[in-house]
Amino acid sequence: MVNLIWVAMAVIGIVFAMMNGTMNEVNEAIFKSAKEAVTISIGMISILVFWLGLMRIAEEAGLLARIAAFFKPLVRRLFPEVPPNHPALGYIVSNMVANMFGLGSAATPMGIKAMEELKKLSRDQEEASRSMITFLAINTSSITLIPTTVISIRMTYGSASPGEIIGTTLVASTISTIGAVCIDRYYYWKRTRKGGKR
Amino acid sequence: MAFVQLLSAWLIPITIAFILLYGTVKKVPTYEAFVEGGKEGIQIAFSIIPYLVGMLVSISIFRASGALDYMMNGIKPVADAIGLPAEVVPLAVVRTVSGTAALGMVTDLIATYGPDSFIGRLASTIQGSTETTLYVLTVYFGAVGIKKMGDALKVGILADILSFIVSFFIVLLIFGK
Repeated sequence: MVNLIWVAMAVIGIVFAMMNGTMNEVNEAIFKSAKEAVTISIGMISILVFWLGLMRIAEEAGLLARIAAFFKPLVRRLFPEVPPNHPALGYIVSNMVANMFGLGSAATPMGIKAMEELKKLSRDQEEASRSMITFLAINTSSITLIPTTVISIRMTYGSASPGEIIGTTLVASTISTIGAVCIDRYYYWKRTRKGGKR
Repeated sequence: MAFVQLLSAWLIPITIAFILLYGTVKKVPTYEAFVEGGKEGIQIAFSIIPYLVGMLVSISIFRASGALDYMMNGIKPVADAIGLPAEVVPLAVVRTVSGTAALGMVTDLIATYGPDSFIGRLASTIQGSTETTLYVLTVYFGAVGIKKMGDALKVGILADILSFIVSFFIVLLIFGK
């Protein structure tokens, strides 16, 4: 499905540009975005190095395991395939906590570590495992306690109450996260029904 | 509001101090552990590059050609029919694909219609309650070298649609039109 979407976006865009006379814009966009992608990746080095370094300390000190233990009842139900004391759970929980507080820069490195640990548990090294899909479902719907960026934009444009959307954001993201887990479970159920393939 | 700003400024430094102290108390060789853990970060950042280049180029072709705008014009009548402000519909589509574009759109909507309008509040809520699904999938799967995403993309996109619908109803319910 990724292949299909990936090719479709590019080919439809190019065909559209032929008819629409926007070939110059497309040309420019190709090289600009390729450069942007590299800039983003390289720019992530500082954050990745810093947080992964810090998280190594947290892991060795047993802090991650403690955080994971605190959320165990919830996380164990969400990730039944991960063994109870596996480090993956610590990273998953830290990622969720960082996301909740809007610390995107800290959440990404922890999320990547979580994926790495989940990959170690997976039999297939090329294909996403059940736990990975669940983890990303939760991540893409993201529970946010304080949407700091949005609040600051609202402030800039003179909102009478910049923080009034905290409530609606919280409700919307909580419901959509629960929904995401349900959708994930539905697809898992569908997969297992079809000839026992995970 | 002052408290929220204070909290977001203090949160990261406090977390850092806490981890460092916790490590020291537990007799972890903190500096060495930091360096060892940090080394991984370099490797990960480089392995993301091809995934991100591929995805961003494809998205940008689609956007720069005008195909994205065209698609959104097609969605507009449907949005009008169910009482959804047509101005917000493009955001719902873009939010899934590109984070920076979505942020630009939210800023634009808030600037144009005012932060305390229905559209302003809805745009704020959508921005806060969803993630850039395609970007998240690309980075996370790219970092660990997973090539087959399985159902992850389907699940992510469906969750985005759900999130958008929920945002609409919540804002309608709490603030009214």
